[in-house]
Amino acid sequence: MNQKMTIPRFRLPQFVASLGQKLPQWPHSLVLTGALNAALKLKLLPESELALLEDKLFRVRVLDTGGEALYTFRSGLFRPVFQATREPDLAFAANLSAYLQLLTRQEDPDTLFFNRELEITGDTELGLIVKNMLDAVEWPNLPQLPLLRG
Amino acid sequence: MHALPDLVCPAGSLPALKTAVDQGADAVYLGFKNDTNARNFAGLNFDHKSMVEGIRYAHSKGREVLLAINTFAQAGRVADWRKSVDAAVDLGVDAIILADVGLLDYAANKYPQQRLHLSVQGSATSYEAINFCQREFGVRRAVLPRVLTLAQVEHVIKNTDVEIEVFGFGSLCVMNEGRCWLSSYACGESPNTVGACSPAKYVKWDKQPGQMETRLNGILIDRFGDDEPAGYPTLCKGRFDVQGETYYALEEPTSLNVLEILPDILKIGVRAIKIEGRQRSPAYVAQVTRTLRAALDSLRDSGERYHVKPSWQAELAKVSEGNQATLGAYNRPWR
Ligand code: SF4
Repeated sequence: MNQKMTIPRFRLPQFVASLGQKLPQWPHSLVLTGALNAALKLKLLPESELALLEDKLFRVRVLDTGGEALYTFRSGLFRPVFQATREPDLAFAANLSAYLQLLTRQEDPDTLFFNRELEITGDTELGLIVKNMLDAVEWPNLPQLPLLRG
Repeated sequence: MHALPDLVCPAGSLPALKTAVDQGADAVYLGFKNDTNARNFAGLNFDHKSMVEGIRYAHSKGREVLLAINTFAQAGRVADWRKSVDAAVDLGVDAIILADVGLLDYAANKYPQQRLHLSVQGSATSYEAINFCQREFGVRRAVLPRVLTLAQVEHVIKNTDVEIEVFGFGSLCVMNEGRCWLSSYACGESPNTVGACSPAKYVKWDKQPGQMETRLNGILIDRFGDDEPAGYPTLCKGRFDVQGETYYALEEPTSLNVLEILPDILKIGVRAIKIEGRQRSPAYVAQVTRTLRAALDSLRDSGERYHVKPSWQAELAKVSEGNQATLGAYNRPWR
């Protein structure tokens, strides 16, 4: 994905979400934790802030695909969580286009938040830590992260 | 005609700094990862390593780095603030932005060669205050609080040799900045004490069907319908029940935007224009820096024929808090 390509704001049709909800949810968690662990391996994420994520439960919900990923950070690795036994500490909800715009640094999370295109609930300080941590990453080769491949 | 004002852009992280430089900032301002700067948010700002790399990058492209140590030294911990000043000098930043007169005195005496700027948090709104800081501490530039009209800014400039920097874009901190204690009223912490207004640990976004509530340490700040834009969870921008009516009793969530009065800003001799937003992401820094750079360059090239392009306004409106732009105090009839 090169810098020049812009991602438009879009919303997938409703039926995609109802399909998505019928599929098992764990592949999303696997893909997401895979991507985060890849970033870990490249030492892109600052260790001082990573410690603050220990044992927290995160949920990323993609509204227009009906997909959802649950994961946690434990002993130095991001791990998928297949069955939540409690409310997540931090939860994001947005359409796919908003996530893509965030990942490619095309839009700022505050902008999406003000415009109500990104919903963040749970521990606000944890949310800020995650946002600032991702902002501070110097992605060497964005397209190589598994999440964005294909 | 005066020289084009410098474009001073926010950097809360290394990628934001590099983006600002790449998109045409003349200077970037940043802070340490601690409570010596007024944007002390978890995960934000620079540690030593990223600071060194940031300064190297900016200087390699001929841009300036301004380091903000703009909170007030807290009782019993003055040494921490002084250490930050020492570190800033050590790093070789182009200027240190200070608010606390005690620190200004320390820096001016210990490092007479170091360029010092008076922070907006210093809350100097008159030329007398600014000239005092020049006489006593050798301050070379002052950042004016966002409470003056354009005519008042001009009056200040006419009566001082100190360079004047004004805000050009960003969320508004509407009260007498540097003197606001609203956040402390709600949670015991304010910009001047801990370096953050409405610290995140006190903020709760509560999503319910059809609406979202914002609370600051339990105090209900605002309630948004699903299609209403949201704002920062600060008391000054909350909606409150005042004598049976619920409305933005202090100020609406808006963003300052000076594109329209850029020619006037140039004419009265403003030395630098600052963009607010060290808490924002690199994407915001890119969008706003690019837009103001284009506007300033167009002003330089077309002079009298300068006009605001709709595409600039659209770009800025998108990233604004509350989706509303204002000229703030610059065109207020009252003073
Ligand atoms: S409450 Fe509002 S005016 Fe006061 S410091 Fe916070 S943002 Fe500024």
